[in-house]
Amino acid sequence: MSDTQTAPIKVGLFVTCLADMFRPEVAFATVKLLEQAGCDVEVPAAQTCCGQPAFNSGDNHNSRRIARQTIEAFEGYQYVVGPSGSCIGMLHHYPELFDDRDPWKQRAEHLKARAFEITSFLVDELGFNAIESRFTGTITYHDSCSGLRELGIKQQPRQLLAEVAGADLREMQEAETCCGFGGTFCVKYADISNRMVSNKTGFAADSDADTLVGGDLGCLLNMAGKLKREGRDIQVRHVVELLADMTDTPAIGEADYDLGQPL
Amino acid sequence: MDIKSPEFKQSARIALQDANLQKALGNLKAGFPGKRASAVARMPEFDALRDQARDLKNHILEHLDLYLEAFEARVVENGGQVHWCRTSEDARQTILQICREQNAKTVTKGKSMVTEEINLNEYLEEHGVQPVETDLGEYILQLRGDHPSHIIAPAIHLNLEDVSEAFHEHHHRPKSDDPAVLMAEAREMLRKQFAAADVGITGANFLVAETGSTLIATNEGNGDLTQILPKTHIVVSSIEKVVPTLEDMSLFLRLLARSATGQEFTVYNTLSSGNRRPDDQDGPENFHVVLVDNGRSDMVGTEFQEMLRCIRCSACMNHCPVYGAVGGHSYGWVYPGPMGSVLTPQMIGIEKAALLPNASTFCGKCEEVCPVRIPLPKLMRHWREKEFEKHLSPKAVRWGLGGWAFFATRPGLYRWASAGASRFMRLLGGRKGKIRKLPLAGGWTDHRDMPTPTGKTFMQQWNERQQQEKQR
Ligand code: SF4
Repeated sequence: MSDTQTAPIKVGLFVTCLADMFRPEVAFATVKLLEQAGCDVEVPAAQTCCGQPAFNSGDNHNSRRIARQTIEAFEGYQYVVGPSGSCIGMLHHYPELFDDRDPWKQRAEHLKARAFEITSFLVDELGFNAIESRFTGTITYHDSCSGLRELGIKQQPRQLLAEVAGADLREMQEAETCCGFGGTFCVKYADISNRMVSNKTGFAADSDADTLVGGDLGCLLNMAGKLKREGRDIQVRHVVELLADMTDTPAIGEADYDLGQPL
Repeated sequence: MDIKSPEFKQSARIALQDANLQKALGNLKAGFPGKRASAVARMPEFDALRDQARDLKNHILEHLDLYLEAFEARVVENGGQVHWCRTSEDARQTILQICREQNAKTVTKGKSMVTEEINLNEYLEEHGVQPVETDLGEYILQLRGDHPSHIIAPAIHLNLEDVSEAFHEHHHRPKSDDPAVLMAEAREMLRKQFAAADVGITGANFLVAETGSTLIATNEGNGDLTQILPKTHIVVSSIEKVVPTLEDMSLFLRLLARSATGQEFTVYNTLSSGNRRPDDQDGPENFHVVLVDNGRSDMVGTEFQEMLRCIRCSACMNHCPVYGAVGGHSYGWVYPGPMGSVLTPQMIGIEKAALLPNASTFCGKCEEVCPVRIPLPKLMRHWREKEFEKHLSPKAVRWGLGGWAFFATRPGLYRWASAGASRFMRLLGGRKGKIRKLPLAGGWTDHRDMPTPTGKTFMQQWNERQQQEKQR
């Protein structure tokens, strides 16, 4: 582990709703990586959702309320880091919600400047690549849209995955094409979403990888759900699980709980 | 053209099951994106040109009135006339009037989406003037009584067999599925029409203020015959097509061809500058430009102004996964794909078009390829805001959002609700790690399993750990 000599960097973890509820391991893996990189991680209790459901439905009133709450919750942290390009991308949209004379605009800009998706934070901001992890298998990487196009996340996860001993990356065709999740899109336009995710799982299967990896749980739940329904034998994991050496838990949608552990 | 946008979802469902359409869409996806990518790769300054083009368009839109008036002055100097039309109806009447002055029986037409927008063909037919489409794709559609499903490849939804069928039926020739034979047939039929037409109508890709010229970029050359042979040439163009100079136009032409078809340059780029002068070898005796506003000037100065930068290259739809899945007709009006999802609500009203700007995952691919950097997802979201402000969003959506926001703005309560939902799903999923059918989430579980939460929420677990550490 690389112990940095300098004072620890104070990071507020933006948990994200999906990690909180569906896969806490993703948040724990993020904490572990941040700590390995010399950060002091806290989890502000006043956070909830980034506000995307309201923002993308045109409900700016509620988007603003949630934006203000998030801005306040993370005041005082040097950085805000989360395991999702989509949610962190939403934090980057906050300034658009306030007009220029509104003092919240400044505060939103300040949050935006400090908000990072985990792989981009490690690579672009900290220059960290001392990954200590082992994973045996072939992987393929899905570039989630918001991370890719709003935050420029493409090489960062690949660069870090290259440090994972044993992981062999095989790019699939159309890795950058949307998986069809799109938040409420996947239920509002279920047929179209289904076509898009089917295309995706098809490409993933063609890559011959045994694990599909990505940086956004929304997409991962969507693709994992489809792969399970199709009966395909491909595991799905969040990139931080591989980077933090936390792959002994079942992959997404594959859990088989220990009988001894209460639900 | 009938407005079918309110039926977007049904149309999409049918389109997804239409094997022929899916085959045709497969050809589109296999063609355009790859060609664009290699054209862009061959041009290192492409992105810099996009920035220039965006800035130049912004400048033009700030001074749209000035450039249009300058354009008009030059057209008049060149002996032509400019007609300003606020609505589709104005434009149709103006065009019919010109045709009547010429006693026109038939008019040939080059490819033009604006004439689709103003529903010109039906109108002319109703008033005794026969329009003849001369672009091959448009010609096929006219034979079939069909409409374009794409702004530059109007018949992209058809396969060779459909064309062969239509020709056989209308040309009364033996059926052939040899593209060369079909092409020759179309050429023969159209040649007669070119010679007989009283009026030629074309669109315009650009209007040049400096010279009063209009330009069409085509790959078939049909536009040239349409505008040179008849005595009268009518250019129908929307107002945002104006550019200051020929030099400026060339910037857009470089971007247009590469973004559209991956060509370095479109095959025919034809300028029309007024009436035929005494020593000209050809050209029309009468030159008219019909400028169509149709809601565009209302977009100037609003959050939708950026849409007016559009040069109609089609890259956004060629790369759109939703367009690629359902095709252009599903959108239910003239302009499909991402650009249509922004323009259509402006032209037919958000009330009828609300499903279009919602039919996007905001994946951002369209904005990534747009040569004039139109932030299409952002503009679609602005339409969702309008929809929400006008209380047009479905009740279930509004209530759902309201309820969700109630919790999301109360962290303690949110935490409690998440923990409850997590527990509920874990109980449903049992030990399988996934749910095959989830109440109220049919949109999801009809097509895929729902992975279940792996344990207590992160917040629960984190707090438990913090407590334990404190106790230690
Ligand atoms: S919006 Fe952009 S990509 Fe789409 S047609 Fe217009 S210029 Fe082309």
